[in-house]
Amino acid sequence: MITEYLFYLLSFLALMFASMVVLTKNPIHSVLYLVLTFFAIAGHYVLLNAQFLAAVHIIVYAGAIMVLFLFVIMLLNLNKETEAHKSIWLKGSAVVASGSLMVVLVGALKGAETIQTTNTFNANIGLIENLGMTLFNEFLLPFELASILLLAAMVGAVMLGKKSIK
Amino acid sequence: MSAIQTIPIEWYILLSTVLFTIGVAGVLIRRNAIIIFMSIELMLNAVNLLLVAFSSYLSDSKGQVFVFFIMAVAAAEVAVGLAILMMVYRNTKSSDINILNKLKW
Amino acid sequence: MIKLVWLVPLLPLIGFIIIGLFGKKLSKGLVGIIGSGVIFGALAIAVGIFFELKNGVQKEYTVELFNWISAGKLSIPFSFLIDPLSSLFLLIITGIGFLIHVYSAGYMSHDEGFSRFFGYLNLFIFFMLLLVMGSNYLIMFVGWEGVGLCSYLLIGFWFKNTAYNNAAKKAFIMNRVGDLGFLLGIILIFVTFGSIGYNDVFEQAKNMGSGDTTITIIALLLFVGAMGKSAQLPLYTWLPDAMAGPTPVSALIHAATMVTAGIYMIARSNILYTLSPDAMNVVAIVGVCTALFAATIGLAQNDIKKVLAYSTVSQLGYMFLALGVGAYTGAVFHVMTHAFFKALLFLGAGSVIHAMSGEQDIRKMGGLKKYISTTHITFLIGTLAIAGCFPFSGFFSKDEILANVFEHNKLLWFLGILGAAMTTFYMFRLYFLTFHGKFRGTHEQEHHLHESPKSMTIPLIVLAVLSIVGGLVGIPEALHGTHYLEAFLSPVFEASSFRLAHHLSHETEYILMAVATAIMIGAIYYAFTTYVKKGILPPAEGQDLAPAHKLVYNKYWVDEIYEMLITKPLNLLSEAFHKIIDNQLVDGIVNGVGSAVSWMSGTLRLAQTGNIGFYIFVMVISIVLILFTQLF
Repeated sequence: MITEYLFYLLSFLALMFASMVVLTKNPIHSVLYLVLTFFAIAGHYVLLNAQFLAAVHIIVYAGAIMVLFLFVIMLLNLNKETEAHKSIWLKGSAVVASGSLMVVLVGALKGAETIQTTNTFNANIGLIENLGMTLFNEFLLPFELASILLLAAMVGAVMLGKKSIK
Repeated sequence: MSAIQTIPIEWYILLSTVLFTIGVAGVLIRRNAIIIFMSIELMLNAVNLLLVAFSSYLSDSKGQVFVFFIMAVAAAEVAVGLAILMMVYRNTKSSDINILNKLKW
Repeated sequence: MIKLVWLVPLLPLIGFIIIGLFGKKLSKGLVGIIGSGVIFGALAIAVGIFFELKNGVQKEYTVELFNWISAGKLSIPFSFLIDPLSSLFLLIITGIGFLIHVYSAGYMSHDEGFSRFFGYLNLFIFFMLLLVMGSNYLIMFVGWEGVGLCSYLLIGFWFKNTAYNNAAKKAFIMNRVGDLGFLLGIILIFVTFGSIGYNDVFEQAKNMGSGDTTITIIALLLFVGAMGKSAQLPLYTWLPDAMAGPTPVSALIHAATMVTAGIYMIARSNILYTLSPDAMNVVAIVGVCTALFAATIGLAQNDIKKVLAYSTVSQLGYMFLALGVGAYTGAVFHVMTHAFFKALLFLGAGSVIHAMSGEQDIRKMGGLKKYISTTHITFLIGTLAIAGCFPFSGFFSKDEILANVFEHNKLLWFLGILGAAMTTFYMFRLYFLTFHGKFRGTHEQEHHLHESPKSMTIPLIVLAVLSIVGGLVGIPEALHGTHYLEAFLSPVFEASSFRLAHHLSHETEYILMAVATAIMIGAIYYAFTTYVKKGILPPAEGQDLAPAHKLVYNKYWVDEIYEMLITKPLNLLSEAFHKIIDNQLVDGIVNGVGSAVSWMSGTLRLAQTGNIGFYIFVMVISIVLILFTQLF
């Protein structure tokens, strides 16, 4: 029962904060709401026995990426409600479009067949030990490639961020 | 007691669909490039959540490994994207995407 | 030698390629040597083949080179059929061709297009050889079209002159009319017999009954092709105009070889004609009509080459008359002798024109025998030969034709002998006006008169000798000779001969010969009194003529009638098509499609605003639609 209540609570929080991200006018507030959303999602990860991932999620997203966002907003001095508003019918059509996307996706879900799990339940797959085994055995090459990707992104970001290129 | 035994996977699918849709709506509604970026992060997280849910239900750790990679890609994307944003702001003094309207005939 | 047969057409082709590619860089002498040399090589092989065939037991060889077309039921090998008929034509083509090449080296020596001329001539010989050597109708057709092309190129050789170009186009288009008939005939042959190889077709045709409708249609369609190529009524008007080309071309293509392609084709398909008496009657009637018609026109022409052109048409009519009465050997015999004396006459005419610095009007010649004696004597021999004077070659071939016609139909014989009388008259008219009497040209021309160079006179002499002795291969039995040619050709016409056996008594033949000779002497005498004794000249341009004379002088206004009945309506029709269908309808559709697309894209372009928000919006809508169509 407790897990169910926790699920409902976390889901409610995640959806509410996510909506706030989109709806608040001040970018700083948006960032903060996004951080809260991430925390809610991390809670879901814990519920799903993915404890290690929950920790990484908070560190990477809430810690690193969101701080980066905040830095940029402050650098650009954007913490004002300066954003020009879109017209009502543009917003309406945007809502209709995203709503129909959701309807289509949910409709597709309704039509899908439920998979029968053959594996016996294993509560330990989310532990760092098991993840490490998978990551460094099966996914060793993609793992190394990801490091190259990060390096390339870093170089790219530095290049773009420089004041001027001689 | 894990959520897996009590909560059907459909709920997770529904949750991540709604989260994803909120992200899409954010992209469509807002004009501030930073907010649009954050909406994209929201969509990525919706997908991550779904991957983790399936991974747990199928007791297969590959799904969670994928989430790692998505995080890595997201980090890279955010770094480059924000750098581009900085450049744009430096040149136009605005983060409104409607200023970037040179992409036409 | 039979093994080397592939070299016969290949040599002229090689000559054409060498001259065509490097002609401009080579000297004129070298071009002449190459051009004539390859023909001489072909001639040597042809002679070898001829003797091998004549002395050997086997009378027919099929030399298969490679498989050419193979599709479904249709299988066409690229192969040559060497039998007495084709080997005889090989000799005529390469022999006369060689002489005319040598002649051209002298005649064309001052022309800037010298190498081009030799290239075309070699190409022509190649196609002509292909035409007669092919073992099926398709190869014949390829050669047929090829010689048509070369004829076009050579008539319009001096392409800077619009009139010459028009003559070339006329020849080409008129030949197309005939070629359509030929092509339809080939298709019908394939549909009927399932093959277009001569051997298959004739083998099957032998078993079909006489008077079969399909065979009659085939024969008539093939004859339409022959009409075009061999200038028979009503498709003859191109040949007189074709005289626009250089004189050696007129001699080679438009007298000796190409125009006899129709005769060759019918002689080759003799079985089909023998099986269809109706078609044969058509051939005979068209032949005799053409012979008479062209002869009457020839009576009043004043251009030396035009007279010869009409006489060619007329002689071709005789050959068809012979084919029409089943005298295939006679027709081929006449092809051969005609090739000798007509080539001789044309080359002689060329020599006269050469001496007269390009003048072709016989009213401005006269008395040339003092100045150019070699040409005079050889020309006289040619004239006697065409008139059918004993013992020149024309006598034997014409006699054979007329004897066969007499047996077949007395009326046709009468018309034939009438045509022969006219032929004699106008040829002697030409001869007397050109070589006798007083010189009527300008002073400058008289000063310039000279005999042609050796390279021109030697072919004349060779052809003159051939014109004299050429008839000796076919001396009729009545004169106690042996008809070598008939014996040689008998395997080809074997299947037809039993159906058309003929035997005139010797007395009748003597009478026929006597009648022909008497009429010929009468005609010569009449021409002599008119043009030499009385010295009457043809009326000058613009003078009033008697109605009949006017009619003939203007060639019965056939060109004008064709112009009015066919060319003008066609022009009007094409004008209408051009203005209405093409300019309005077709252009309208094409331009309409173009402007509609550019209008639509111009409108659609505005949708691309550059607003990224809008792009994303469209993207989302599209994703929804894709998912919707894919998932439901």
